Amino acid sequence: MSEKVLIKGNEAIGEAAIRAGCRHYFGYPITPQNELTNYMSKYMPEAGGVFIQAESEIAAINMVYGAAGAGARAMTSSSSPGISLKQEGISYIAGAEIPAVVVNVMRCGPGLGGIMPAQSDYFQAVKGGGHGDYRNIALAPSNGQELYELTVKAFDLADKYRMLVMVMADGALGQMMENVEFRDREEPLIVEKPWAATGTGMKREKNSITSVYINPDELETVNNRLQAKYHEVEENEVMYEEINCEGADIVICAYGLAARLTRNVMKSASAEGIKVGLMRPITLWPFPKQAVGALAEKTDTVMSVELSAGQMVEDVRLAINGKVPVHFYGRTGGNIPTQDEILDKIKEVLGKEKK
Amino acid sequence: MPVRLHPESLENITTHYCPGCSHGIAHRVIAEVIDELGIEGSTIGISPVGCSYNNYKYFTFDMLQAAHGRAPAVATGVKRVHPESIVFTYQGDGDLAAIGTAEIIHAAARGEKITTIFINNAIYGMTSGQMAPTTLEGQVTTTSPLGRDPKVQGFPLKMSEILSQIDGAVYIERVSMHDVNHILKAKKAIKKAFKVQLAGLGFSMIEVLSTCPTNWRMKPVDAAAWVKDTMMEYYKLGVYKGEDLEV
Amino acid sequence: MNYEIILAGFGGQGILSAGRIISVSAILEGRNTTWFPSYGPEMRGGTANCHVIVSDDEIGSPIINNPDILIAMTLPALEKFEKVVRNTGFIIADSSLIEEERLKEAKSRVFPIKATQIAGEMGHKAYAMLIMIGKLIKETNIFKPETVEKALYEVLKQELHKLVPEEMAALSAGLEM
Repeated sequence: MSEKVLIKGNEAIGEAAIRAGCRHYFGYPITPQNELTNYMSKYMPEAGGVFIQAESEIAAINMVYGAAGAGARAMTSSSSPGISLKQEGISYIAGAEIPAVVVNVMRCGPGLGGIMPAQSDYFQAVKGGGHGDYRNIALAPSNGQELYELTVKAFDLADKYRMLVMVMADGALGQMMENVEFRDREEPLIVEKPWAATGTGMKREKNSITSVYINPDELETVNNRLQAKYHEVEENEVMYEEINCEGADIVICAYGLAARLTRNVMKSASAEGIKVGLMRPITLWPFPKQAVGALAEKTDTVMSVELSAGQMVEDVRLAINGKVPVHFYGRTGGNIPTQDEILDKIKEVLGKEKK
Repeated sequence: MPVRLHPESLENITTHYCPGCSHGIAHRVIAEVIDELGIEGSTIGISPVGCSYNNYKYFTFDMLQAAHGRAPAVATGVKRVHPESIVFTYQGDGDLAAIGTAEIIHAAARGEKITTIFINNAIYGMTSGQMAPTTLEGQVTTTSPLGRDPKVQGFPLKMSEILSQIDGAVYIERVSMHDVNHILKAKKAIKKAFKVQLAGLGFSMIEVLSTCPTNWRMKPVDAAAWVKDTMMEYYKLGVYKGEDLEV
Repeated sequence: MNYEIILAGFGGQGILSAGRIISVSAILEGRNTTWFPSYGPEMRGGTANCHVIVSDDEIGSPIINNPDILIAMTLPALEKFEKVVRNTGFIIADSSLIEEERLKEAKSRVFPIKATQIAGEMGHKAYAMLIMIGKLIKETNIFKPETVEKALYEVLKQELHKLVPEEMAALSAGLEM
């Protein structure tokens, strides 16, 4: 069954979660993700599920820890300052290896910042955020359809690896409406969770869900297991989209909203005889290291375009490893780069490179 | 008199608790209640942060270890997934009355059908004896070396009194574990709290006045006496909510 | 087909809903669409605008820097966006709320429509946006007028469905202008 509707990005995420079998959602109000919380309050009970407006983002993530630890598909959502508050719980979820989905509809910071769109939580999502050696899978949808499909996928990945999966949207993607086709999968993925705290029923050994190991060797063993799992995710789950990179004058690395801006720039640049390629990471972690590194064989110039002061560009540079110059263009404060600005920057960069 | 057997719901291993500490007694009492109610297979507990951080090792049923103060939120998540289960949190005073104040208040306000066992020993044990939100006036701790001065450090919190004001809380009682008679009364209260949950009536909490001889710098016997003579003066025992509740 | 439209005015004029009606009509005719609202501080000042793109192709940015069409319902709305309208584009302006003399200063082609006044005469000022959409259809053939009727049933709440005939009458009025 599928249906095409006009729906807000935030609501598409909510619908995706319900269709992915999530029946436990814990939220707390914060702009610009409120439509998602509102949507869940209405449709989760209709789906026979549980909606709780928690007393804080901290409580909400801990409710996710409890519900997901008890074997359910559970989700919470917030925007940047709220995601900061959730970091404690996110670290515990990583340590206890609980599958969970967290949505970040990013706004600009630091501090209370503003409520306009940004991509300045990249570091927080892919380089830690909470304490300890851990990773989250971070998915970066770029349109309404992907908000839907990657949210569904987030639950599958979470269950498959017993990891926390973050869906990294932004204020613009969350607030905008777009045509989205709700495709129901033929057979829902059902993952057995013999590790969950469901009550023993006196039929099995007890399950203890924990992230505390006082013995150093025991904790190192756990860490080694986590790292091995993260390596497996890096091997198997990298996603990206690559357009017109071979022989491009310049390749723009951009995700989410910035990638959409770049698509427009590709057209206007082409009209001026400049060939612009697009490398769009869909998984921010695992980062498409190999594909981005290979850009050095396809173009002489790479530039990262972000709604930030320059975060993903660090991973782009690591992947390119000095083989070709990597430039950056970004806006902050909730400003969105215009196509003209990006094109001007491309011309400036290419002018410099030609010298 | 028959010999008391080791409770089924309690692992038959040695705990890491100090001599004279109330945790071991509280664990045993909880296990006995769970055995008597026949709910071992459907009980899910939440372990706290503090000395009892790993008490999931001592009980025989499923448990989740929670971050400091967050046990009521974790319990909420568990209970909403398994409404038929018996879900309880086990929390100390720093956990419940300082860092986790918001979580306990709102779990009670929502009337979550969970039970909280609140171990109040007026001190932070695990971190080496700092002042707790329930530390008494004048009590010396490692962070109130001159004794708690209300002008500087404020007043101890009476959590049973506070929570009894909340509509979603249906059964709140303060008990003590300083002698056998009071331990038996405490067991009765804990049993009633679990029965309240089994009946689906709402939130229940038993506050247990407990000893911490190590950080109080007392012998176990003196610690028990201090609970009786000093703590019980400020923290009055009794049922604060649900006196007439029949379960 | 690729139309980039900015609708702008005050909160309460039905700006955001009119954008949704355009977007839903586009979907009903099998096209791609994006609808991006003003949200945040500018919304608090009472102004409202939304960016609507209707296209046969995959849509890039939902944010419009240079609209093909500006639907301006107030003077501040006109002032904010008139300079960025494409040379090939045009403005539909509510001339019952913006003086006709001022509209002559705009660089783009302008269609002055006394939408709010006419809508008031038809029974409700809220129909003004339908008059504007009617004019939009007349100048662009962006979609069939009857598609708007289906869109109205999708966008309006159930209790407002009884108003659809009057809304469609307003649309027809716009088509005549």
